[in-house]
Amino acid sequence: MVEKIYLAIPLLPLFGAIAAGLFGRYIGRSGAHWITILSVLGSFVLSTIVIKHIIFDHASVYNEAIYIWMISDGIRFEIGFLIDELTALMIGIVTFVSLMVHIYTIGYMRDDPGYQRFFSYIALFTFSMLMLVMSNNFLQLFFGWEAVGLASYLLIGFWHQRETAILANLKAFLINRVGDFGFLLGIAVIFAYANSLDYAEVFAKAENLSLQTINIFAGSEWNVITMICILLFIGAMGKSAQFPLHVWLPDSMEGPTPISALIHAATMVTAGIFMVARMSPLYELSETALNFILMIGSITALFMGLLGLIQYDIKRVVAYSTLSQLGYMTVALGASAYGAAIFHLMTHAFFKALLFLAAGSVIIAMHHEQDMRKMGGLKKYMPITHWTSLIGCLALIGFPLFSGFFSKDSIIGAVQYSDLSAANTAYMALLAGVFVTALYSFRMYFMVFHTRDRMDEHTREYLTETSWVVTMPLVLLAIPSIFSGFIFEPIVFGEFFSRSIHVADSHNVLNELGSTFEGIQGFVMHAFSGPVTYLAFAGVGVAYWIYVIKPQFAVDMQHRFNLIYKFMDNKYYIDHLYINVFSVAGRAIGKVLWKLGDNVVIDGFIVNGSARAMGWLSNVLRHLQTGYLYHYAFAMIAGMIALISMFVIAVNI
Amino acid sequence: MVALSDYLILGAILFCLSIAGIFLNRKNIIVLLMSLELLLLSANMNFIAFSHFLGDITGQIFVFFILTVAAAEAAIGLAILVVLFRNKRTINVEQIDTMRG
Repeated sequence: MVEKIYLAIPLLPLFGAIAAGLFGRYIGRSGAHWITILSVLGSFVLSTIVIKHIIFDHASVYNEAIYIWMISDGIRFEIGFLIDELTALMIGIVTFVSLMVHIYTIGYMRDDPGYQRFFSYIALFTFSMLMLVMSNNFLQLFFGWEAVGLASYLLIGFWHQRETAILANLKAFLINRVGDFGFLLGIAVIFAYANSLDYAEVFAKAENLSLQTINIFAGSEWNVITMICILLFIGAMGKSAQFPLHVWLPDSMEGPTPISALIHAATMVTAGIFMVARMSPLYELSETALNFILMIGSITALFMGLLGLIQYDIKRVVAYSTLSQLGYMTVALGASAYGAAIFHLMTHAFFKALLFLAAGSVIIAMHHEQDMRKMGGLKKYMPITHWTSLIGCLALIGFPLFSGFFSKDSIIGAVQYSDLSAANTAYMALLAGVFVTALYSFRMYFMVFHTRDRMDEHTREYLTETSWVVTMPLVLLAIPSIFSGFIFEPIVFGEFFSRSIHVADSHNVLNELGSTFEGIQGFVMHAFSGPVTYLAFAGVGVAYWIYVIKPQFAVDMQHRFNLIYKFMDNKYYIDHLYINVFSVAGRAIGKVLWKLGDNVVIDGFIVNGSARAMGWLSNVLRHLQTGYLYHYAFAMIAGMIALISMFVIAVNI
Repeated sequence: MVALSDYLILGAILFCLSIAGIFLNRKNIIVLLMSLELLLLSANMNFIAFSHFLGDITGQIFVFFILTVAAAEAAIGLAILVVLFRNKRTINVEQIDTMRG
């Protein structure tokens, strides 16, 4: 029975995707949205059943193969589900946010000619992500991993007539290939050393793997488990957009807004965080890998947040905030605070989806204008969007009692307790990040909803609140954005993940943090004794001062620190690095291989060369064919004499 | 008394004559066919000589078969020759070199 439920959860969205995608012309626009929304609603309802079953009834963990694809040399390739607390929580988040996005899409894409196609893609996206999180083996994980990559490619380039969209989806795909290459190598190392693709079997052998070394170059011995962890994390860096593979995420804003919400909140970028949490029995064995993760995470958390400060495109601000928040989650993973990372993933899914959908609502009302310099004062025109955005921003900056407060504070607290060598740097980066987060969030909030109206007359006349299909998801997402923080104690400190996540005793920072925990009230009070909350308040205050009271100040600063501004405006020149160094070098290598390797060696020497040699040889040999009968007869006789004499000589010897 | 070797020498002489006829002839295809017949006859000579001296009749029976085949072959060869002449208006060996590469 439960097996049927588990199977139905991913298959319902797949069914919806196929129905809307292949038969969209027959079922029409409303048919397409009904069928996909109902199928995602179905899997959301089933997910809540699973959550009740696993989390509240403490049912035993389900870990079975559903279908055996093949068995080769004793290694099973199968499709299977591993349903424990981690999976149950993830499918809940994915289906809930996906459902909200589906409903919202009715409003956002109302006039788009590719309506059915869009619904088909987002349902496919949901299916892929569900397959990824429910997997119990690396093969299926990789399938889901690639499938979300495909779906994001299709969706970022949804408006395929726009050149920028095509470049953006190409970029997303290519950058993800880099990550996926590492991921695939990681799976290959697991396969080679553990000889299995099943999670449970690999985890059972993890202890053994940590004692082996792998020789990559002559004289550089690597611990196998470190190798696996770092390679898998490179995959996570691609999917979860960690520095330096983050460049695709801001550009993914070229896609329609609902898809930005889906990518940033529930599917795709959370895949990397989820994967590392799922692989915790491996990561716990390698401090090198954990330090690496901490470093990458803290760089992403701070520096990507800074970029959010200078963006004027409303969606890009939210996109950089996602990058920064993903950095927080990654830092939590690196500090072994997996529970905190997953919890932040959950709260972030709610408030980030909310912020994106609110930004989308603003964009609809502004007739697809995304520049914040042309907004302002929207508070009086769009009350629901305004209040829900405010909730989203407060949750994002970690305002006390909002959901983001609990998740972010537990991450920062956990990092403080970590003994890893990179933990101190990470802690400082996160603290600075809190201030930056507050600053850019409220910069956006003030620029959009307060200050004077800067839009043109025509837009202002038609400026009203958006329709209920848009605002309803906003309200539904605002509720968990406020309240989901209160359930944090069991998830972060409790035994909630004890069946899914393994933490080594020496790394158990959440336990240390939990030992000082004295109820939610105490946690809130404690926050006021540390710098975190004050930094957030300071960020809001500075944002208010700069962008509301003295708007001229920002412009002045921009001129005074023009060099820094330019450096940041060019996104630290990482795109330039990729385009001018890596891709130029790649093209140069490709050109050499093409001109020399392909044209000269393969085409010139091997293919055409052998043909030409044959032509020359036959040109010589054809002169033997005189056409005179007696020449042929002579050759025959001569040959016969030669054969017979050979025979005679051989017999005589 | 004529010895076996004498017959064999005769056969060899006939063989060499016919080979020379094939190679040295540059003019006429009919000479070619005649040389071919002579080649077969030289083989027949050996058959008969061995048959006689070994007291085995098989060799002589073989000769009858070879003669029959040779007759048929000569008939076909001449027929081809007629067709060739009709098409090419010549039976000069030098000029028949269509197969030259």
